Amino acid sequence: MAEQIKVSLIGNPNTGKTSVFNLLTGLNQKVGNYPGITVEKKVGVCKLSNDTKAHILDLPGTYSLNASSLDENVVIELLLDKSNKDYPDVAVVVSDVENLKRNLLLYTQIKDLEIPVILVINMADRMTRKGISLDIPLLEKELNTKIALISARKGEGIEELKRLIESYRVLSKEPCVNALSFASDYFERLQKAFPDQSLYKLWLVITQDVNFRKLNKQNISITSDFKIKSESELKRLQQKETIKRYQFINNVLKNGLSIDEKSATGLRARLDRVLTHKFWGYFIFLGILLLIFQAIYDWSSYPMDLIDEAFAWASEAAKAALPSGPFVDLITEGIIPGLGGIVIFIPQIAFLFLFISILEESGYMSRVVFLMDRVMRRFGLSGKSVVPLVSGTACAIPAVMASRNIENWKERLITILVVPFTTCAARLPVYLIIIALVIPDEKVFWVFGYQSLTLMLLYFLGFATAVGSAWVLNKLLKIKSKSYFVIEMPGYKIPLFKNVAINVIEKTKAFVFGAGKIILAISIILWVLASFGPNEKFDMAEEIVNKEYPNLSDEELDQKIASHKLEYSFIGYAGKAIEPVVAPLGYDWKIGIGLISSFAAREVFVGTLATIYSVGSDEEETIKNRMAAEISPVTGGPLFNLASGISLLLFYAFAMQCMSTLAIVKRETNSWKWPLAQLVFMSIFAYGVALIAYQVLK
Amino acid sequence: MNTTIATLKRGQRALIKEITSDAIPLKLLEMGCLPGNEVELIQTAPFQCPMYLNINGSHLAIRKEIAAQIEVQIIY
Repeated sequence: MAEQIKVSLIGNPNTGKTSVFNLLTGLNQKVGNYPGITVEKKVGVCKLSNDTKAHILDLPGTYSLNASSLDENVVIELLLDKSNKDYPDVAVVVSDVENLKRNLLLYTQIKDLEIPVILVINMADRMTRKGISLDIPLLEKELNTKIALISARKGEGIEELKRLIESYRVLSKEPCVNALSFASDYFERLQKAFPDQSLYKLWLVITQDVNFRKLNKQNISITSDFKIKSESELKRLQQKETIKRYQFINNVLKNGLSIDEKSATGLRARLDRVLTHKFWGYFIFLGILLLIFQAIYDWSSYPMDLIDEAFAWASEAAKAALPSGPFVDLITEGIIPGLGGIVIFIPQIAFLFLFISILEESGYMSRVVFLMDRVMRRFGLSGKSVVPLVSGTACAIPAVMASRNIENWKERLITILVVPFTTCAARLPVYLIIIALVIPDEKVFWVFGYQSLTLMLLYFLGFATAVGSAWVLNKLLKIKSKSYFVIEMPGYKIPLFKNVAINVIEKTKAFVFGAGKIILAISIILWVLASFGPNEKFDMAEEIVNKEYPNLSDEELDQKIASHKLEYSFIGYAGKAIEPVVAPLGYDWKIGIGLISSFAAREVFVGTLATIYSVGSDEEETIKNRMAAEISPVTGGPLFNLASGISLLLFYAFAMQCMSTLAIVKRETNSWKWPLAQLVFMSIFAYGVALIAYQVLK
Repeated sequence: MNTTIATLKRGQRALIKEITSDAIPLKLLEMGCLPGNEVELIQTAPFQCPMYLNINGSHLAIRKEIAAQIEVQIIY
């Protein structure tokens, strides 16, 4: 049997750790979640030689073992738990040659855990340009390890790294610095209390707020007479420890690293002068947002139309090829359109993540955080929340996924919860038809039409509600997140095609397989509800309609039958059942059916009304004229007047009527709690606002 | 008023004095903000916050309230 080596890939963010992972594993990787939390877990396999395989775990980027985020907790919880099935045989610490000093801090900490460590120094291709030279043998000796000098960008040095991993047994497990020597008395007593544990491990158990199973803070003070110091004293010791480690690193690098400042080019400084400029910085960012918006709103409409047609064709073809019957109907009208409803989102997701990975990879995203932090912070959001909020204007699904790039869990959660308020493209058909019905086609000040002003107001309203509820959530949610605002501003790099491509593929897969299942299930349920009825009024629809309208043409008859069937289907009865609930908003049971079926996707509203009013075509004019002629049974006037129209617009602006969004929120927050809270809150809010609007205007 | 990172002007360089407050996040120390190291203010966002710094070769952005806790001595 082949030998299996477990490898953990560890490193600071922005060191090219993911590039190294992609180089080692290629597409041989799986992305999942750590149990119970929403930190991404990436694993992959790398064949080292004919009889050796490495299982590589790409741990979240971390600056040190003193954790300040969920992502960083994952790293220490694994490295301190020898019984964990992922506990590494060898750790590979990835560092960036330009930030070697800072990256070595983490290295010295990992080394103290007495795990065999290989040091990777990445971005070797930038050394000449930056005037950096390294004395590798000296560094290997001082750091007590083996070093692989690689360039992930050019794919150089990877074979050497594989060779080092394969021969990990020769690596020393000794620490390279005695970082706890500054308070020898205190630490000696700690060691004496637990002689069989490594000292640094004990120290981490005392200082970190993470779950270490048997060995934890309480146990240390109960099972021994060792007294833990107060929090601020501990912090002092941690500061001293850090200074001690840097003293060691400075000493090592004094001889091992030299930088010729003169040959360093100032590309970063010149780009930053423009990109973080108080005016031009925002101007350029706005331009980039417009470009992203254009891509998901406009460019992706071409592949989306193709997908739409392809699935319609597949459904027709299946209908023609297979014998008719309820099971075939399930396939042609339930499953195929359901699958189509999942695939249709792929172009938008792919486009958005193409842009986001380019922005991340190039280093620009940190500048966005820098520019937007002050504004967004007031609302409990992160500078990075801007991208999800803006892309939500096209579709909430990719937008919710985009919030993954926000490190702070609280800010990420708030962003996910408020994004569905922004006006997505699916609301547009509903808005357009209702605005055309109830808002007069006149102009104010000769230029602006009332209709276009209303549409603009609705967009503004969506955005304002999103930001406003973020502010409220920030006050309400009691989530401890001790992530301080210290962000690294990495140097600019040209994005690696391979990294961008893998990221786009991974995100698309996560959507299709994570949220897709739920979307498919709900669309089948909705189809069943609309295609079956509880009594003979549904089953005998054709006979009843034939008897009632004996003189109609075949086409008109078909429309009447479809309308009759929908009225007496389960969903039709549900519409009637909720009529008393929606009547105060100015709606009748037909709109009720529209509201329920909108749950598949908001734009379905228009099509459902077309069926129910037995209008043959989806043509906006025809439906509009039919809707305008509809009489309200209560008032005797038109059903769609200003009051009910505005009420409907507001309901669509605020209600969470999208199963795909709920499915993706479930996937991203890893629990049903948040999507359900979102559904309940947004529905109540929408109902309340629509109610007030109708009652005031009527 | 003490001279801190928050009072630096754009392009000014200074040396970090002793770190005394434990309100300063450990993460900042770990990223190179240590006594004796050189700090340069590269850029500030509108209203001086956040502040974009080069500390001993590490490029970081921090909020003004943290910057105001770190005492420095101006070089030029």
